[in-house]
Amino acid sequence: MFDKVFSQQAFDEALAIIVNEFPMAIWETFYVTVLSTAFAIILGLPLGVLLVAGEKNGVLPLPAWLMQVLNVVINLLRSVPFLILMILVFPLSRLIVGTTVGTVASIVPLVIAAFPFIARLVESSLREVNPNIIEAAESMGSTPFQIITKVMIPESVPSLISNATIAITTILGYSAMSGIIGGGGLGKIAINYGYYRYKYLVMLIAVILLILMVQVFQSLGTYLATKCDKRLKK
Amino acid sequence: MIEIKNLSKSFQGSDGEVNALKNVTLTINDGDIYGIIGMSGAGKSTLVRCINMLERPTDGKVVINGTDIGALSKGELLRVRRKVTMIFQGFNLLMQRTCLKNICFPLELAGVDKKSARKRALELLDIVGLPDKANAYPAQLSGGQQQRIAIARALATDPEILLCDEATSALDPNTTHSILSLIREINKRLGITVIVITHQMSVVEEICNRVAILDGGVVVEEGPVAEVFSKPKSAAAKKLVFPDGADEIIVDTDEKKLRVVFNGAYATRTPMITQMAVDISITANILAASTRCIGDKVYGNMLLGVPDEESAKKAIEYLTKTEAVFVEEVCDNV
Repeated sequence: MFDKVFSQQAFDEALAIIVNEFPMAIWETFYVTVLSTAFAIILGLPLGVLLVAGEKNGVLPLPAWLMQVLNVVINLLRSVPFLILMILVFPLSRLIVGTTVGTVASIVPLVIAAFPFIARLVESSLREVNPNIIEAAESMGSTPFQIITKVMIPESVPSLISNATIAITTILGYSAMSGIIGGGGLGKIAINYGYYRYKYLVMLIAVILLILMVQVFQSLGTYLATKCDKRLKK
Repeated sequence: MIEIKNLSKSFQGSDGEVNALKNVTLTINDGDIYGIIGMSGAGKSTLVRCINMLERPTDGKVVINGTDIGALSKGELLRVRRKVTMIFQGFNLLMQRTCLKNICFPLELAGVDKKSARKRALELLDIVGLPDKANAYPAQLSGGQQQRIAIARALATDPEILLCDEATSALDPNTTHSILSLIREINKRLGITVIVITHQMSVVEEICNRVAILDGGVVVEEGPVAEVFSKPKSAAAKKLVFPDGADEIIVDTDEKKLRVVFNGAYATRTPMITQMAVDISITANILAASTRCIGDKVYGNMLLGVPDEESAKKAIEYLTKTEAVFVEEVCDNV
């Protein structure tokens, strides 16, 4: 099988595809991932804050039933497999972007899948903040809103960045899956050429590029998180 | 003036209700450095948190300068907290902010503009003796330095009252001493009333003028430091004054035991026990003894053993004649 994969003909074909389609695919994967992560953070960050601040002993206690509802909704969304979720949100995609297929349409299910995940990551980051520091801020006359914006979030920035990195690499993986519903990018190339047309070399290259992108995001995230952490003695 | 009136606080614990504070009544005057001392679990931290309403008392009132702060609205309470600030055992600085920004923090909360906040913060860094640490992060400082920054932060909003919750418990003796000196200086120079919560006798001895001893959520003794510590009446106070449990170590039943407490340099310089042996021929056995410095007074504490009831009576009579000496018979190893 491998002599076919690496034959001269396969190389020539792959080269043509690389030149013609890869630059666009890389760009599509990049912007789908970044945009989806950005929208998911916009929804997930406040939700994560509510999960911590709204607790009974939190800085901004919310009614217990509301917390229950939030938790159930998040768990529900998180338990639906992404492949199914993509199909389930078709009506929503049609409502928002007017279509259910294509690169832009794939952002909708990605955001829906990612924001509950991000809410949980934010929740875990904020729980790491030393409760004594929050108490100190209360003793200085902070309002609940000031505690959230000036203490809880700034104090957990390094952890938030680490978790954002986890989120972006996970979303990158999901975005490749959205090739199934016609979402563009490296995932689509891997599926269309590699899986449907048996061009394994193209699939291999697409996968290697995905791995490289994950590496880049992860290194950048780790670097930023370490750089931001003022708890480390330098 | 802070008046704590019939304050009680109970928590819903896992095994029923816990009464952390029971009917506590204290008055703290302006300019005092007031010590609240007790073993862990005595309710000290809860008490201090009731003063700025971080903990809501179950019953009773806290009145600061005539205002019942338990009855204030949320907004008014936030303003009160700028005048009643707090430092902690764990310093509790914002770890992602520089020292300067930490000191600016309460000013930022109060809506002070950045420029004047910065100016005030720099002044405060000077007061606490760390002018070169403006741009350092808390993690780069030692414990004592972090506590100094925390003190500067607590002073930023020109408070009238400073609450110190075990502020020196995480520090070594030398650093403790320097932080206490700083607190005393702040009390004298800025006229800030200080409430010191601690489990260390030495802290109270070093800076407080009045003390309350808290045991099991109840104030068992209260008064000027020298008085309370030189004549401890309650079991809790005795335990603090004799931390090694000198009274309990000695289990000789034949002898009568006397506690001799002497105040001031005169008594300290008098060789009372020897003199007693010469004058009335009672040979006392020194079971335990210690001398301490409280405020600017020296005071000593001795546990004597004398052979029988009669000599005990005579010894009490004899020793009490000396100036500033207090003697009592100790029964049943209390």
